[in-house]
Amino acid sequence: MASIPILKEREKQIHRKGAQPFSLTCGQHSLAGVVSQRACVFCGSRVVLYPIADALHLIHGPVGCAAYTWDIRGALSSGPELHRLSFTTDLREKDVIFGGEKKLQRALTELIDAYQPRAAFVYSTCIVGIIGDDVAAVCRQVAREKGIPVLPVHSEGFKGTKKDGYKAACEALFQLVGQGQVDRIDPCSINILGEFNIGGEAWIIKSYYEKMGVAVVATMTGDGRVDAIRRSHGAALNVVQCSGAMTTLAEMMQERYGIPYIRASYFGLEDTSKALYDVAAHFAGNPEIMTRTQSLVREEISAITPELQQIKAAVSGKRAAIYVGGAFKAFSLIKALRYLGMDVVLVGSQTGNDADYQTLREMCDDGTIILDDANPLELSKYIIEKGADLFIGGVKERPIAYKMGIGFCDHNHERKIPLAGYEGMLHFAREVYRSVTSPVWRFAPTRAAAAKEVSP
Amino acid sequence: MIGSSPENRPFTATRNACKLCTPLGAALVFKGIRGAVPLLHGSQGCATYIRRYLISHYREPIDIACSNFSEQTAIFGGGANLKIALDNIRRQYDPELIGVATTCLSETIGDDVPMFIREYRESCEGQDSPPVVHVATPSYQGTHMQGFHAALRALVGQLAEGGSPPGRHLNLFPGMVSPADLRHLGEICADFGLPAVLLPDYADTLDGPLWTEYQRIPEGGTPMAAVRSSGSARASLELGAVLAREKETAATFLQRTFQVPCHRLGLPVGIDATDRMFAALAEISGRPTPQKHLRERGRLIDSYADGHKYVMDARAVVFGEEDLVAGLAGFLAEIGVVPVVCASGGRSGHLAACIAERFPDHSQKGIQVLSDADFVAIEAAAREAQPDFLIGNSKGYSMARRLGKPLIRVGFPVHDRLGGARLLHLGYRGSQQLFDRIANTLMAAGQSASPVGYTYI
Repeated sequence: MASIPILKEREKQIHRKGAQPFSLTCGQHSLAGVVSQRACVFCGSRVVLYPIADALHLIHGPVGCAAYTWDIRGALSSGPELHRLSFTTDLREKDVIFGGEKKLQRALTELIDAYQPRAAFVYSTCIVGIIGDDVAAVCRQVAREKGIPVLPVHSEGFKGTKKDGYKAACEALFQLVGQGQVDRIDPCSINILGEFNIGGEAWIIKSYYEKMGVAVVATMTGDGRVDAIRRSHGAALNVVQCSGAMTTLAEMMQERYGIPYIRASYFGLEDTSKALYDVAAHFAGNPEIMTRTQSLVREEISAITPELQQIKAAVSGKRAAIYVGGAFKAFSLIKALRYLGMDVVLVGSQTGNDADYQTLREMCDDGTIILDDANPLELSKYIIEKGADLFIGGVKERPIAYKMGIGFCDHNHERKIPLAGYEGMLHFAREVYRSVTSPVWRFAPTRAAAAKEVSP
Repeated sequence: MIGSSPENRPFTATRNACKLCTPLGAALVFKGIRGAVPLLHGSQGCATYIRRYLISHYREPIDIACSNFSEQTAIFGGGANLKIALDNIRRQYDPELIGVATTCLSETIGDDVPMFIREYRESCEGQDSPPVVHVATPSYQGTHMQGFHAALRALVGQLAEGGSPPGRHLNLFPGMVSPADLRHLGEICADFGLPAVLLPDYADTLDGPLWTEYQRIPEGGTPMAAVRSSGSARASLELGAVLAREKETAATFLQRTFQVPCHRLGLPVGIDATDRMFAALAEISGRPTPQKHLRERGRLIDSYADGHKYVMDARAVVFGEEDLVAGLAGFLAEIGVVPVVCASGGRSGHLAACIAERFPDHSQKGIQVLSDADFVAIEAAAREAQPDFLIGNSKGYSMARRLGKPLIRVGFPVHDRLGGARLLHLGYRGSQQLFDRIANTLMAAGQSASPVGYTYI
């Protein structure tokens, strides 16, 4: 694979764990002309707010940003499904010249009348930032007229990275928090943050907490409801899963309402159990919670262990590559893959920070490639060089794996299968098994050539 | 009711758009040129979302570079980023062509992209740098189809060279059809002994085998020499009934500038439309339609005879990009299906006329044509029209599900099934496949609805 050149400017974002001291550049703008797997500020905001199912999500801009995000995610709702529709002001040339405020106001008013949402989010796209529409003013006016919160989301694509979009989403959410009644909220209660209910994951996690005796006030934003978010400041603890996306909100809630937060992950047995124990430990004043948590963890794990062991026997020793949005998810995936006896040979993220990459380095074996803000050329180069059998990523990584004859598991928001919690680990293991042990790979030219070399 | 002007839109907002933005179409065209890398001049999200969207249909790696605007770029202009991007693409991909498509962002800040490219080329003097083609694709103007055709117009406009005497080859502008369609069109031309240049040709770049090593630019595509020689072709054949009504296209440009005669036909779906394409090819090549295709035509008519009762007077809702809708409506007309709703998110202004031409009795038949329509409007019309089936891209699935009617997936995108790239729509063969799918869909519906559940139909 020597034929794939690595740009000099990119070398500092690639680390091969070994003797050399660790320093990985990260948190930078992507290099122009590179086919980065990253998206934009708008994408960050859209991802976070997407699952709020009783809110109107109106994208203010030309058609593309709305069209490409119409019903693409696996975020489920137990009730309304307004989030699965795509609304846009679909700006035309005249709007760009004369400004889009009037159109936005008309669009909002009509949509709120027609769909009766509990709140509306208005996402600004690149062009709105340029033509300078006063989106906040329009939102204020419509909110007054319609009597629901209408929240501007400052998500102009070019204004930073996806992380800035997370922040904009958190700021919009924070406008809702604190508006509802908090009486009759259980003292042993939490909010689940950074959980998006892909394939019903929030329901799985919520059911664990409820079995432990911990009430869930709001899930943000999976299966989200405006009214629940409005009263979320009544919870005793925020449990943040996707830390990149929602730590900002947790911090704001800590500052304004004194609610502490802890980080959690629900991927893999180890991290799921740790998350539940950490929450139980927080409510130490109620020791029954810990007792119930222990028996829950024991029961859940023993129910799935026999099948996991069978799968482990089949996939043990296979090599995996991971490229995901947030680094925190990568930590969990490494642990989950190790549980299955697999080796992680490449790991990277779109948005990791210094601390994330330090942790990754500590977790990885020697020789593992660590990548920040990678692109198809680098990913393909290293998955082949490292002999990966499995690639875990999102839709954009999938064809890279398949073209090279490598199994693939989707671990982004577009998947439809829950991978969180104990039940999720079983789904994950089954998918890994089906992917890496499929007989089709022997027809892949890369594998066929390798097999030829081995046989006499 | 034929026609619905934008002013008649029931809602100011677009709800579930039945269209995509212009840079997507342009990027797709550049994916069909050999050795080309598309570059979107704007924010990273545009390239990423478009890649994601195309990948979900074609299921192939689709590298689209981006000049990655930051806030400073938006304020001070994108010139510097564009030049860095061009440099980096050359260093990584060693392309034969870089196709630069703008976005709403770079258009609105007023970037002078041709000037940036000129400056870049001057700075590269003495180096072996690839041509850079620029197309303006502000996403607030038109749909992905406008972007597609604008990119073709830009390609020939900036690269075509005349020649005398003219060459023997044909320029074939197939429109945004599937890789399977492109392959079939190529085969047909070859059977006429006609060297054909497909513009664009992503048959291989977006539908190829596994690789032994990662191909920075997948094999296949229209060779650059062929793009250049489009100005010295024997003729151009441009497919698309709506496109044929546009004043300025790649083919009309070649006719005006290099006197390349231009044949403008609808998409060859169904016998009449395919006959017209074969007649044009016979005229251009000076050869009669090959026996092989006459046999295919014969088998298609045979299947029409076998299946006519199952489809006659069935009601269809047709949606998607305008040329495909026009082509399908014509095909449905000839098998006795009434396309009670013909809808597109496009607003060329020509769709209604194309449908009216095919159905002079459209008002008696109650045919509605919706332009600039979104899926909420299409669904409302469909509910009213009580169709037997829907035919269009997979974005109509949720509508079909709510209506409880079968959806026959055609065109782009097909995100919820495998094989979108291998769907054949064109020629006698493609019509055959569509006919069988439609007839079988209706047969299956009848079978399911039957209290007996006949197994011998």
